[in-house]
Amino acid sequence: MKREEMRQLERSIEEITDIARGMGLDFYEMRYEVCPADIIYTFGAYGMPTRFSHWSFGKTFHKMKMQYDFGLSKIYELVINSDPCYAFLLDGNSLIQNKLIVAHVLGHCDFFKHNAKFAGTSRYMVESMAASADRFREYEMEHGKEAVETFIDSVLAVQEHIDPSLIGRTQRLQKPADIIPVKKPADPYEDIWAIGEKKAEEVPTPVRFPAQPEKDLLLFIMEHAKGMEDWQRDVLSVMREEMLYFWPQIETKIMNEGWASYWHLRILREMDLTEAETIEFARLHAGVIAPSRTSLNPYHVGLKMWEDIEKRWGRERMWEIREFDSDMSFLRNYLTKELCDEMDLYLYQKVGNEWKVVEKDWEKVRDQLCTARVNGGFPVIVVQDGDYLKNGELYLKHSYEGVELDVKYLEKTLPHVHALWGRTVHLETMLDGRPVVFTHDGKKNHRRFV
Amino acid sequence: MVHRPSFILSQEDWSLHRKGHQDQQRHQEKVRDAIKKNLADLVTEESIVMHDGRQIVKVPIRSLDEFRFRYNFNKGQHGGQGDGDSSVGDVLGRDPQGKQQQAGPGKGEGAGEAPGVDYYEAEVSLEEIQDMLFKDLELPNLQRKTLDDIKTTDIRFTDVRKKGLQGNIDKKRTLIEAIKRNALAGRENKYQIIPDDLRYKTWEEIEKPHSQAVVLAMMDTSGSMGQFEKYIARSFFFWMTRFLRTRYENVDIQYIAHHTEAKVVTEHEFFTKGESGGTICSSAYQLTWNLIEQKYSPDKYNIYPFHFSDGDNLSSDNEKCVKLIRQIMEVSNIFGYGEVNQYNRSSSLMNAFKNIQDPKFKNVLIKEKSEVYKALCTFFTSGEAIRAS
Repeated sequence: MKREEMRQLERSIEEITDIARGMGLDFYEMRYEVCPADIIYTFGAYGMPTRFSHWSFGKTFHKMKMQYDFGLSKIYELVINSDPCYAFLLDGNSLIQNKLIVAHVLGHCDFFKHNAKFAGTSRYMVESMAASADRFREYEMEHGKEAVETFIDSVLAVQEHIDPSLIGRTQRLQKPADIIPVKKPADPYEDIWAIGEKKAEEVPTPVRFPAQPEKDLLLFIMEHAKGMEDWQRDVLSVMREEMLYFWPQIETKIMNEGWASYWHLRILREMDLTEAETIEFARLHAGVIAPSRTSLNPYHVGLKMWEDIEKRWGRERMWEIREFDSDMSFLRNYLTKELCDEMDLYLYQKVGNEWKVVEKDWEKVRDQLCTARVNGGFPVIVVQDGDYLKNGELYLKHSYEGVELDVKYLEKTLPHVHALWGRTVHLETMLDGRPVVFTHDGKKNHRRFV
Repeated sequence: MVHRPSFILSQEDWSLHRKGHQDQQRHQEKVRDAIKKNLADLVTEESIVMHDGRQIVKVPIRSLDEFRFRYNFNKGQHGGQGDGDSSVGDVLGRDPQGKQQQAGPGKGEGAGEAPGVDYYEAEVSLEEIQDMLFKDLELPNLQRKTLDDIKTTDIRFTDVRKKGLQGNIDKKRTLIEAIKRNALAGRENKYQIIPDDLRYKTWEEIEKPHSQAVVLAMMDTSGSMGQFEKYIARSFFFWMTRFLRTRYENVDIQYIAHHTEAKVVTEHEFFTKGESGGTICSSAYQLTWNLIEQKYSPDKYNIYPFHFSDGDNLSSDNEKCVKLIRQIMEVSNIFGYGEVNQYNRSSSLMNAFKNIQDPKFKNVLIKEKSEVYKALCTFFTSGEAIRAS
């Protein structure tokens, strides 16, 4: 970007920042960086500029970059939840594109700073990811690229299976079962009456491991897998922390994008745009919120919902909601019949070999949209037994709630779990209404209905 | 108190930031590895062998999926948005029928309209497959025969001189000379070229003695050779031909088709024509022997006879076959016999060959398509080392 253009952009950012502040947005200090397309796409693929290297990111990068090269899609910006907050602008954006992006980014940053889900996230992830990436490189030198890559392959396969309630906490909340109930005698002499009576045989409660089903698969493996080396534990721990960091973004996609879109619209309305800019802005905005027939565009749905909330309760209420809600509660509480009709929301499903619209009833649509967001949209899988058959085997259970798992993927994922655990692993789930256990013993998969 | 600006705008030099590209490269390496693992299936890939002129082959590579526990997308309900007048029953897209089940390598699934279905299809060129396939193959026991007309000449530009042919002017070096000369004389930005500046590229002729070889490709085209048998035999010869053409300069290939009689045919006929009738294999061996005697003297040629058959030979002919093979083996480098025997029936020909204990005699039994690769590896491996497929 030429120096003159930079200066112009700087002036615009100043103006936008002032307008945003005046409207009540509260964000961290901002660091805007103009970078070329392949850098923006690298960041997009890795989720963070400093993240460790892995071929899967390279694959995503390649896919995204190709779509850009063919003019099929374009990322204009990338914003990172950190303090100060980093935002990356694509070199080659026009001034009006950058104005929209800066306004949009400020909305995101306000959301990062105030939404409760983000409260526990580390704001220094840019630095810690860089440090981890350095360590990973050292492990590569020490143990070989292959070994590190293979291990990361396996962790990636189960990386979503964490417990988001542990974000920002080092210690687990005490669970009811861990608290041993102390039986208090009703009166000081109670035990006397029992003398001579045959004591009810005390059944030793079976010791369970873990005491309660464990949702954080990564944590459980990290703490209890046998024969794992220190560097592997470190890699596992780093990748778990990174997933905990990204998790709130998965859970607030609609709210967050809607919020940012709501504000870029409001802020740009306050600015003096030339006629050409106004048209270009309208075109850009329309592109961002264009709906899709086979998925929900979070920008569109979010924006419509925020505007509806403003209409019904005023802006005051909006600040509260952006603080306390996440997508699931947001949809449940504020998606109305009118909104569903206006946005023409529906549910579709595979019937035979056709994908068909099957539901238009707004409550059913709303409920399914919420259900689809349980656990970030990932199946809930818990550690049921960490010493299965008294043989140190790992028994996982899928908390089945009506949707089956993809069997092909399941059978390809189990070997990765086996690689991490080091012993035979099992996974219980449901197929065609029958409970079934998949087992991988290091060589082969078995399947048996129970 | 220091005033801190609420924002900073900057633009740095990112040219050294190559992480994305590096990991992309690693991904491509992995794709190539995956293809290598699929070579056995690719070898009999119809679109390649049937020669429809396409140089790019699409191979669905599944091992590069990033596997995880996920829901079966086909069995759930998903949210979408219409343009205002959607109603129950509207069709959003169709899956290509029945494609899901037959996702074998090379089947080339059509990109369905189905939403959310993500599979990875790698594109490979025929050359790439060839490179990988032929990397470890070679003509076994190749020996140097008499030296006439068996050398390859090659030209390599290795030198730069002041005199030479106009067509071979080295423009870059000439310019550099002119700049240097002018700079020495203290003249800046003058690039006038004088004859003394001219530089020419000069070549060197390299002569490599090369061994001469002939491959005698015999194929059974009798009635008992069904679709499958012919397909296998042709796949093998298809790759063999490509392999020899890309790797060796002086290799003659003679195509011999036989049923009860054998005749030399053109390459095109060999790969396309079907025949019928009974089988007398010795006819092919006899013709091979004649060719060796008349055209391909063992003094000058490395001789490689290969024969593909379903093993169904006229029993009374077997003895003659064995005799001829022994005779041919004395002058040839190896003798390769491939038998396509899908149902493992006891074959007359393989039985007859059981007693041949010569290390030059190599045989392969092919039961399924993927074993063509094994045959290639068996026949074209030097010495005794036979690689597992």
